[in-house]
Amino acid sequence: MLRFKEPFERRSKGGWPVISGTEKFSHNLPQEKILVFIRGSSKRELSQKRGLATTFFNVQKCTLTTKRWLEPSGGLNNDMEYFLQQLINGVTLGSIYGLIAIGYTMVYGIIGMINFAHGDIFMVGAFISLILIVALGVTASMPLALLILALIAILIVSMALTSVWGWTVERIAYRPLRGSFRLAPLITAIGASIVLQNFVQISQGARNKPLQPLIPGGFTLSDGSGDSGFVVQLSYSQILIIVVTTVLMIGFTTLINKTSLGRAQRSCEQDRKMASLLGINVDRTISLTFVMGASLASVAGLMFLIYYGVIDFYIGFLAGVKAFTAAVLGGIGSLPGAMLGGLLIGLIETFWSGYFSVEYKDVAAFSILAIVLIFMPEGLLGKPEVEKV
Amino acid sequence: MSAQSESRFVSAVKDSVAGGLIALALFSLMLGMKAEVASGMGGQLGIEYRWGAVAIAVAIVFFGRLLLNLFVWKSDKPVTGIMSGMMPKASSFSGLGKFAMPVFLVLAVVLPFLLMSYYGASGSRRYLDLAILVTTYVMLGWGLNIVVGLAGLLDLGYVAFYAVGAYSYALLAHYFGLSFWICLPLAGILAALWGIMLGFPVLRLRGDYLAIVTLAFGEIIRVVLLNWYDFTGGPDGISGIPRPSFFGLEFERGDDGFAAFFGLDYSSIHRIIFLYYLILAMALVTNFVTMRLRKLPVGRAWEALREDEIACRSLGINTTNTKLTAFALGAMFGGFAGSFFATRQGFISPESFTFMESAVILAIVVLGGLGSQIGVVIAAVVMIGGFELIREFAEYRMLVFGLLMVGIMVWKPRGLISTRTPSISLSGKAKGISADLVQEGHG
Amino acid sequence: MSSWTNNPILTIEHLTMRFGGLVAIGDLSFNVGRGDITALIGPNGAGKTTVFNCVTGFYKPTEGRIVMHRANKEEYLLERMPDFKISAKAKVARTFQNIRLFGGMTLLENLMVAQHNPLMVASGFTIGGVLGLSSFHKAEKEAVDRARFWLDRIGLLERADAPAADLPYGDQRRLEIARAMCSGPELLCLDEPAAGLNPKESSELNALLQYIRAEQGTSILLIEHDMSVVMEISDHVVVLDYGEKISDGTPDEVKNDPKVIAAYLGVPDEEVDQVEQEVGL
Ligand SMILES: Nc1ncnc2c1ncn2[C@@H]1O[C@H](COP(=O)(O)OP(=O)(O)OP(=O)(O)O)[C@@H](O)[C@H]1O
Ligand SMILES: [Mg+2]
Repeated sequence: MLRFKEPFERRSKGGWPVISGTEKFSHNLPQEKILVFIRGSSKRELSQKRGLATTFFNVQKCTLTTKRWLEPSGGLNNDMEYFLQQLINGVTLGSIYGLIAIGYTMVYGIIGMINFAHGDIFMVGAFISLILIVALGVTASMPLALLILALIAILIVSMALTSVWGWTVERIAYRPLRGSFRLAPLITAIGASIVLQNFVQISQGARNKPLQPLIPGGFTLSDGSGDSGFVVQLSYSQILIIVVTTVLMIGFTTLINKTSLGRAQRSCEQDRKMASLLGINVDRTISLTFVMGASLASVAGLMFLIYYGVIDFYIGFLAGVKAFTAAVLGGIGSLPGAMLGGLLIGLIETFWSGYFSVEYKDVAAFSILAIVLIFMPEGLLGKPEVEKV
Repeated sequence: MSAQSESRFVSAVKDSVAGGLIALALFSLMLGMKAEVASGMGGQLGIEYRWGAVAIAVAIVFFGRLLLNLFVWKSDKPVTGIMSGMMPKASSFSGLGKFAMPVFLVLAVVLPFLLMSYYGASGSRRYLDLAILVTTYVMLGWGLNIVVGLAGLLDLGYVAFYAVGAYSYALLAHYFGLSFWICLPLAGILAALWGIMLGFPVLRLRGDYLAIVTLAFGEIIRVVLLNWYDFTGGPDGISGIPRPSFFGLEFERGDDGFAAFFGLDYSSIHRIIFLYYLILAMALVTNFVTMRLRKLPVGRAWEALREDEIACRSLGINTTNTKLTAFALGAMFGGFAGSFFATRQGFISPESFTFMESAVILAIVVLGGLGSQIGVVIAAVVMIGGFELIREFAEYRMLVFGLLMVGIMVWKPRGLISTRTPSISLSGKAKGISADLVQEGHG
Repeated sequence: MSSWTNNPILTIEHLTMRFGGLVAIGDLSFNVGRGDITALIGPNGAGKTTVFNCVTGFYKPTEGRIVMHRANKEEYLLERMPDFKISAKAKVARTFQNIRLFGGMTLLENLMVAQHNPLMVASGFTIGGVLGLSSFHKAEKEAVDRARFWLDRIGLLERADAPAADLPYGDQRRLEIARAMCSGPELLCLDEPAAGLNPKESSELNALLQYIRAEQGTSILLIEHDMSVVMEISDHVVVLDYGEKISDGTPDEVKNDPKVIAAYLGVPDEEVDQVEQEVGL
């Protein structure tokens, strides 16, 4: 049995539950059983953490208990290295949120509804990626070129298949209700979210799916020789996520700004009836919006999988709410806003867990959502909305 | 076969093939392959293949669409047309409302005796428990109906008030040893206060923003309950919550218990029956107050608010206060239901107050028909009662629940009972108003 | 001296409303006379509705003062009051350019909602109402009587229990006016009440407005594009163009003002004759 002496709370990675970044421990860990004390987790969170523990510690069994609590041995950490690490983690997490947030923002822009099922589309995307990775037998031990090729192929297939899911949800649950009573599509959206979650729970099982790290290693920016002795790492997977997100963002913005599809979208945003009178196929444009949102969410899913190495059917809910928060914070309807909002939410969440408390990190995200909506509902980059009388 | 119907057949087949292909794309991976931690592989994932399931799913979509195409969508005489001719019309549904209420009421009152005589004391326990559960949801639905149905405020965090009520009772009983009957009003008042506190800053937000903020508040309360270990017991919850007494008589064996006092043989079913009548009475009070309020200026202002907030403001209605009263009242009834939940279970933990619970209550309200009291009863009986009875398929419960939510909404966007009864009438015989006329809310 | 300089019910001073860079109203001042029917006219986009929105509190003006002088000598600075208080306390009621009725509620209910505030007091802020106090029943009966009176007045009494959305357009316009009147206003602001009405309905509307002014003692401020209505019933006309006042006076003065003809109609000289005829010059 082993107890952590280190303040593992501050080692939380990107806002996910507390056990991560513990590679340092894994060398001298007994391979049978470890006991981790975590207070204040729901059963579901515990099982997530158990999954994390099994991946990160590379052990078979891991008992977690909610009963007791280890006080962090050190106080708050103000040193530069620690800050840098949080910054890196925050940007990574923020990229993932940003990718999901784009789907919310585009759909809200075009049909003015919150696509509640979008978070679950992200989850489906992550599962599709996972299945492909396992089925193709992609592992870290492959030659690098092959690994990269395989990941690109998986990314493309996963984007395509997840898009079909996004398209189907729109076709079945939203399109018949277009122009109907305002609450109706919101209810079907919640319904679709429940369906997706439970479908995946049944078809893929409720247990979480740990994946061996695909892209291990990274640059050590600070080897712990500083005053704090804190090791700062920029892992290859983090670099991958940030690069992929940036590239996608640039490509995507160009697509929206330069092509006729983007023009059709913007015209539908302004006035759907008029757009259809002018010969724009509104249904198709809206469908394509969902398809684009879903494919970006599937990229986020793959990135999430690579970064955390564990997923379950429930990851869509929280990630969805946070990405929606990001979209609102950035100004709903604005693409750069979604990305900016994503980054901010990622950073806020990471720093909150890094400096205050991991347990209340979701409260931080939710509070930001409430505060932004109450005090500046137009967000950072959105257009202010004046009530027309 | 005429050329026209032949080409219709061809297009139907084409459409079904397209549907089948989409189903194939959907299900090939997500259903056909299951990533599972395989035994003997050192905790690594392996794939379990299930192509049969995929084939079945694709076949269902293909043939389902084909049949629909041939007989419903593209047929000259759609089957649904014939069917809807046989279905009762909407107008007869509003008549149903008048009948159904007394019938349901009588049924609800005599239910324990019916069950007891049919299944005996021990056999009826299961059904009574179910009846209590359904009635709790009816009460929650009625409470939320004030907020969503009447005032048109979309609240996705209703469960927060349910939780406040439950924890208020549990904590007051735990720390101060107060009894259920003292805590019940306190829990309602506390929940209403929380409603006002949370509602005040957010109620001027537009509909779906309000929905998201209320969701956020609901989650915040849950996370706080989860993590405030010293006060709420965190994930372990609070156990040993005292049971309610019957005017001071405890439901226990012994000389001063309920059974002895009334000269009955002791039976644990007494408490269950008592709990059933308790929640029934609480639900009926909720209903009574709501019906009463609808006919008062405040209730009319709620409905006006749902229709057009700007017009309300131009008529001098303080919309913030009006919304707050709806929010607070809804919260209060949620709080009552919560303390009932606590006393019935004897144990509560944050697990019972997740977002899913809010979604279920909202679904009951919306599926029943916004603003319709009887609709809530029907929806609760179908959605909660129906599911509990098919326990064997518990795994599929939420899946079917979600599918029903989507299906009913697409079929009847206004819910099952969608006529609105005017709150006042000059001639004394006002007809129900079709919900299609009811405008979209601006709240 | 005219009533709007002697005894104004509403004074607007240096009102300015900007939306971002757009100046919808620039330094506008005019008075509304007590007991008058005042018409606010101007081409599309001149800022007429914006003036209404500022007066009734839906927009907060960028600059300026709007004072309501009630009959009981109370004065209210409308630019500082929230919208619902303007109706409740300052007794200014309004209708909307695109009708805003409670479509799913009956005509009677629409008129009952308009009497919310007195009924609320009578119901002891709901508590007395739930308990069923008799004073509330009395107040409610009075409210129903008042609603019945207005329904009769606009000729819709037999449809009292029908949903408002079922009414034809012209009836909806009149119902909206009746609803505003049920809130007991001293100043009634009507945004294009004759828009979309046929000639018969239009003349009925004129009669209704005359009645409101003469018998109810309510002053009226209305926006109207239909010149025949304006010239027939108004005592005072204010002309706006691009958010600025270009003319202000009796109908006769205004219609002879060359600035109005040029700016308001914005047509070349040779067409002015023709239009002048239409205007009734
Ligand atoms: N909420 C708003 N935000 C931005 N601009 C506005 C807003 N409301 C009005 N405007 C602008 O102010 C100007 C005046 O509008 P207003 O509606 O007052 O005109 P109007 O005189 O009532 O015209 P009409 O005769 O067409 O009703 C217009 O250019 C309009 O676009
Ligand atoms: Mg206007």
